[in-house]
Formats: sequence, C-alpha cells, structure tokens
Amino acid sequence: MENVEITKESDARGSFCPGPLMELIRMVRDAEVGDVLAVISSDAGSQKDLPAWVAKAKHELLGQEDFEGAVRFIIKKSH
Amino acid sequence: MKNIIIIGGGTGGCIVANLLAKKLDSDEAKITVISASEQHHYQPGWLYVPFAREDARSLTRPVRDLLKKQINLLIGKVEKLDDGNHQVILENGDTVSYDYLVIATGSIPCPEDIPGLSEGGNHFYTEKDSFELYQILQEFRGGKVVIGVGGLPYKCPVAPLEFTFLFEEFINEKGIRDKTDITYTFPLNAVFNIPSVAEVAEPILQERNINIETFFNLEEVKADEKKAISLEGTELDYDLLIMIPPHRGAPFLQGHEIADAKGWVKTNKQSLRAGDSKNIWALGDTTDIPISKAGSTAHFEGPVIAKHIIADLRGEELGEDCVYEGHVMCFLETGYSKASIIDFDYSAPPVLKAPNALMHYQKMAFNKAYWYLIPTATI
Ligand SMILES: Cc1cc2nc3c(=O)[nH]c(=O)nc-3n(C[C@H](O)[C@H](O)[C@H](O)COP(=O)(O)OP(=O)(O)OC[C@H]3O[C@@H](n4cnc5c(N)ncnc54)[C@H](O)[C@@H]3O)c2cc1C
Repeated sequence: MENVEITKESDARGSFCPGPLMELIRMVRDAEVGDVLAVISSDAGSQKDLPAWVAKAKHELLGQEDFEGAVRFIIKKSH
Repeated sequence: MKNIIIIGGGTGGCIVANLLAKKLDSDEAKITVISASEQHHYQPGWLYVPFAREDARSLTRPVRDLLKKQINLLIGKVEKLDDGNHQVILENGDTVSYDYLVIATGSIPCPEDIPGLSEGGNHFYTEKDSFELYQILQEFRGGKVVIGVGGLPYKCPVAPLEFTFLFEEFINEKGIRDKTDITYTFPLNAVFNIPSVAEVAEPILQERNINIETFFNLEEVKADEKKAISLEGTELDYDLLIMIPPHRGAPFLQGHEIADAKGWVKTNKQSLRAGDSKNIWALGDTTDIPISKAGSTAHFEGPVIAKHIIADLRGEELGEDCVYEGHVMCFLETGYSKASIIDFDYSAPPVLKAPNALMHYQKMAFNKAYWYLIPTATI
C-alpha cells in the first residue's frame, strides 16, 4: 500500500467493537468523495466488521496490512 | 470545611450525594447537589408510556425528597466549568467553588443532529416524547413502522429492542398485526452490539416477523416523502418512524478540555477520575467509558467515587475496592410478559437465560421499588 496517498488516518488501537467501525463511519461522513482513509485497529472483530461495512456501503477496501501487531485498513470513499 | 459539589440530581448524582452524606460527619464537608431540574425522572418508565402501561406523571419525584436532609440542593443550570479555579458558573451568573467535584449530568437525545429527524421521527427518550408517542399509538391503525437506533452512543442500549417487542405485542393485541409491517434497524452488523444479547434477540425478532436492517446508520430523514435514509444507501419507507436520536453530553462539557466535542467526559474506566484532575470524578451517562449508559452503571459506579472522596478528605489510603470493574445489570423485556437479565463487567460478557415470566415481574417490581432503593443509596 506504499503507493497510495492517505488523506486521513485514525489510530483506533485500544478501542473495542464498535469503536474502530464508528471511527471509520465518522471519517467517511467527514471526507470528500475520492479521499483515502486509514483506520488502525487492534480489535479482532474489526477484521470481519470493517470490510463487511465497506462492502455494504459500497465504498472500496484498497487493502489491509499488518501494522505493529494491529491491522491497518485502507478505504476509498467512492460516492 | 471542604466543599463537595455534585452536578446532576439524576440517578448518579443522588446516589453519590446520599452515600457521602451517610458516611461523612456534618463538620467534615458541605455536600451540595446542583440540578438543572427540580424533578428527578425515572426514565426507564418512559418505555411503557406509549403503550399506556405507565403514566408519565407518576414517573417523577422532587429531587429534594430523594436527598438526605443535610445535603444542600441548588436548582440551577451549570453553564461553565472553570477547573483551573475550581469553580462552576451557573446560568444566572452565580459562581460556586468546590474542593471536590462530581459530574453526573447524564446524556441528551439530540434529534437535531440528523437532518429531518426532528420533523419526521418520534421517540420515547424524554417525558414529552414518550407522551406524544402514546397519543400517536392511540390513533395508529397499521402501516409501515421503522423502529431503530439513530446513532451511537445512546442510553439504555436495549430499550429500542424492548420497545420493538412491546410494540409488536401492542399491535397484536389491538388486532392490527396483519396490517402492520415492522422493521428494526441497528447501526452495526448485528441487532445489538453485545453478541450474546444479539443471539437471544435476533431469533425473537425473526419469530415475530419483524424485518431486520443492520448496518443502518441513519443519515437523513425526508419527512415529506416519509423516507429514512442510511449512510450505507438504504432507503426505508415509513408511516411511523421511531428512531432513538444520537446523544450528547451536557452543553457546558461539549468541547471543554475535560471532555470530547460531544461532551463525553474523558473518564478513567477504573478510578472514574475525569481527565488529569485530582479532584473531579464523573459517573453515569456522561462518561466516555465504552460500556452501557444505564442507571445500573451509575449505581455500581457511585460507591467507587464516594470512597475516593472520603479517603482523600481523611488522608486515608485507597482500599482495593476503590475500583470500578465495569459492572452493569439490565433487564431485557421481550414482550408477552417475559424478560431476561443482562449482567456483565469488564472481564465477563453477559450470559443470558431464556426470557421468562419471573424476570418480567422482577422488572415490574423494580420499577416501583426504584424510588426507595436506588437514588436514596439504600442498596
Ligand atoms: C426509555 C429509557 C429506558 C431506560 N431503561 C433503563 C433500564 O431499564 N435500566 C437502566 O439501568 N437504565 C435505563 N435507562 C437509562 C437511565 O435512565 C440513565 O442511564 C440514568 O438515568 C443515568 O443516570 P445519570 O445520573 O448519568 O443521568 P440522569 O439520571 O439523566 O441525570 C442527569 C441530571 O443532571 C442534571 N443536569 C444536566 N445538565 C445539567 C447542567 N448543565 N447543570 C445542572 N444540572 C444538569 C439533570 O437535570 C439531571 O438531574 C433508560 C433510559 C431511557 C430514556
């Protein structure tokens, strides 16, 4: 994911379900179409919930990668 | 003599004030409760008002009657917290100084935070709104009903589910179930945020033919077209929309450095100390602790704060029991005179028993016993 320019990133490590998802939803609400958002989560539930929400809301999951023992989700706001 | 100020005459504020009054001698501290309202509301009763099972007028008592007589009560709205100078400033300009401060100002439903919700939606989270919904349900003859959670966080997390179950029972008894289509919505990917509660609630919703719409984060209500629209792009048509609005903390906390932009006080989840302060604590709905905003939360938090203040005042060591372990206990009313109980803390998620009649009648009894047991800090 090195070639993607992140517009906004949020470190939601230490917050539990639904914290990281709510953080992503808050960011999507505040972002412009086309912005690339990153959320770092250490909550196991996020691995299922974040991609499922991105699919339901019809945004784009550009990737997810290990980040210091947590997971960094990279999402593009598509509409 | 030290001044202890408690802001809020609701569940949390009354409990802390009464616990302190029980344990402290009158020459050790002056205890004052500042409350914006003269009345204390038993909010859980509002769940039943729309179905005419409770009368909203019987769910309030004067705060004064719930406080021990050595506690001073000041009716007034706090408009500013000047923690640098250990003062709170009231709406009328009066200044009150404190040595110890407890913030128990609860949470406020804010329909205005979602475009169109005030015009297009109803709820039962205030005395006035629960009564208005009662009037609407008196006239209700069937149609599309959408019931849901309009934003997180909100207080009494199970109340929207309970309302859905009671509503289904209500229209069934009215003989208009076949003329009514019910949809329950929730912002997450499940019908509730605690998996064991969702596992009990979801099959009941399905059994009663209630549609489920998850990942529904309410974005806008088009009141003229009667449409509720989610951030995820789902549009639901409705004849009656019952949506719990997103909540905020008290206005004087919104953006204060002790709280976040929405007014949730940054609270240590074990000591319940607010921010970096040495002499301010918070309990009940106003904290940012990610557990249920419920009266029972305030009930289990109250003794921790009272012990902290007493230990500090007397120069004593804090005991091992001066920690809040995240205990919450709530009933889950499932309709048709059955209920279950949800009991958990930070380390143990709830394990629910199948809904039964005994729990329902316990809840009914608790609704009456509340006044004698809880705000008075009897238990
Ligand atoms: C429909 C419904 C059903 C519920 N059911 C349950 C249930 O079954 N079980 C359960 O445990 N909980 C339930 N709750 C939640 C419960 O009522 C609250 O969580 C509880 O009252 C929180 O206590 P609190 O002390 O934090 O706030 P509150 O009890 O709301 O008290 C807040 C106090 O602060 C005062 N105040 C606010 N702002 C200011 C200011 N600026 N200056 C001075 N005073 C101020 C108010 O006047 C009030 O006295 C329910 C709530 C609702 C709405």
